[in-house]
Amino acid sequence: MSWFHKLVPSKIRTEASSKSAVPEGLWSKCPSCNAILYRSEVERNLEVCPKCNHHMRIGARKRLHFFLDPGNRMEIGETLSPVDPLKFKDSKKYKDRLSQAQKATGEKDALIVVAGLIEGRPVVAAAFNFEFMAGSMGSVVGERFVRAVNHCLAHRAPLVSFSASGGARMQESLLSLFQMAKTSAALARLAKECIPFISVMTDPTMGGVSASLAMLGDINIAEPGALIGFAGPRVIEQTVREKLPEGFQRSEFLLQHGALDMIVDRRDMRSKISALLGLLMSDRAASSAPAPRFALVEEPQPETVGAVSFDPVMANVLQNGD
Amino acid sequence: MHLNFLDFEQPIAELQAKIEELRRVGFDNEINISEEIARLEEKSRKLTESVFSNLNAWQISQLSRHPQRLYTLDYVELMLEEFHELHGDRGFADDPAIVGGLAKLDGVPVMVIGHQKGRDTKEKIHRNFGMPRPEGYRKALRLMRLAERFGLPLLCFIDTPGAYPGIGAEERGQSEAIARNLLEMATLRTPIVCTVIGEGGSGGALAIGVGDRLLMLQYGTYSVISPEGCASILWKSADKAMLAAEAMGITSERLYALELIDEIVPEPLGGAHRDRQEAAANLKAALIRNLEELRRQPIESLLENRHQRLMGYGIFEETSTS
Repeated sequence: MSWFHKLVPSKIRTEASSKSAVPEGLWSKCPSCNAILYRSEVERNLEVCPKCNHHMRIGARKRLHFFLDPGNRMEIGETLSPVDPLKFKDSKKYKDRLSQAQKATGEKDALIVVAGLIEGRPVVAAAFNFEFMAGSMGSVVGERFVRAVNHCLAHRAPLVSFSASGGARMQESLLSLFQMAKTSAALARLAKECIPFISVMTDPTMGGVSASLAMLGDINIAEPGALIGFAGPRVIEQTVREKLPEGFQRSEFLLQHGALDMIVDRRDMRSKISALLGLLMSDRAASSAPAPRFALVEEPQPETVGAVSFDPVMANVLQNGD
Repeated sequence: MHLNFLDFEQPIAELQAKIEELRRVGFDNEINISEEIARLEEKSRKLTESVFSNLNAWQISQLSRHPQRLYTLDYVELMLEEFHELHGDRGFADDPAIVGGLAKLDGVPVMVIGHQKGRDTKEKIHRNFGMPRPEGYRKALRLMRLAERFGLPLLCFIDTPGAYPGIGAEERGQSEAIARNLLEMATLRTPIVCTVIGEGGSGGALAIGVGDRLLMLQYGTYSVISPEGCASILWKSADKAMLAAEAMGITSERLYALELIDEIVPEPLGGAHRDRQEAAANLKAALIRNLEELRRQPIESLLENRHQRLMGYGIFEETSTS
């Protein structure tokens, strides 16, 4: 170390050495192809890698924001919050896990339901937040889903759900398991009333969510490359003690085996579902249905997404917000 | 070590062995030791009573999987008349892990569906340890619809570690098969009484477990995931199954307190397998009583009650302000 450096106070030295010009979060790496991507470009691309088309996981709010028409949105079931009926404790208390997840996501639980419009047509959209305890289904998720269905029944609006879940929430034990029966029973009513339910399975859709509401779509859609199944691949490998086939439990595998109607790119999802709903709810169905009467309340936009149009302009806003 | 006794029953087993020995000695020597035997038997009964009055969740879990526990076909034989087994899903195969058929309960024609485990190694493998594949659930669904069409009440017996986690099962849509049953059972136009007779393992159990009444044998268990599975995920070690069993509240007593089951069917002292006749008689009486109540209800109100009951599952908090 030179005599000059010894003279300079340490504070100044530190400042001089930290000369990173790149702000945090400007770049990100695709988990699939490892390409270094410009963050704003990824967001403009709806979190799909522009290089390899890998569909990255996306938060529920962001997903619904992309999916619905701007404005005219009303959240359903936001007054519900989870409790700890079993006083469940493993290495951590369920209560603590909940508050940790709530703090990290800013949400009360793993499912968000919003009534809004898709290309002018009333729709109720539900989306799982995988970040919230792996999108697991407990009492609140089940109840919010049922309220989504009830809203659809009351207004003859179609239901679209985006699943991203590890399954039932262990910390609510049998109460969670019974949410499978509860959500399925609600969907039975929807089917009886001939109101369409479109189920979109995203990465990952497993266990109790896959074996209830997610597989019960009038039309089952998946995003490309999503892991979808009942038992987890690790459990299966341990049970059958053989190597799993290539692409096992991925969307393309499910399509090939007849579990899905189609695989749809996230960037085409909105127009595809809008078109499908247009056909399912054609004139005859529409004329017999009363007009939507629910009050549409302007929904406060999440901070990161302030744009009001669904086009590449979004990217600028996203960039500013982030 | 006595194979027919569980770890915690060893003191009882030792006493029983002593009684057996005395009997043999008494028989050989023509000495009258009946008084001593009677004294020991009384002691054994008291000991059993005290051991069984204070079982923890893990011990009950072991009892529910006891190698001598009564399985569906045992109850069918002991409780029902004129059983005619029906086979196959009409699409792919007959799954021996689920049995079903026509029978009479106290003179009333019924449809019976239940998980079936095997007694010896060969039969265990044949029955796949009571773990159904999709074709098992689809056979069950076929029989449910048959019951609906011919106005037969449906009796379901639950006893499975879970739906089979295998490659073929996933390929043929395990999730969809389970989900479909949940939806269909919610609106099946005939009374349904479900009973957990042994292990109620997750979605694989629920898939034949939606109905108007849910009964549970005293030493049955019902949970969202096996204690071992829960332990390996939340405690990162399957050895903590004991803690997981306690935390998840899988016993009839705790589930009754949570109002998730309707009735606990008492088992003979020491468990159902210690007195098969009494166990079957208890269950038969409970089934007859519940079915009589259900059959008195007009079908529309039966279905509405079932729906409301399913919608009632879940414990959460709701704030009045949004």
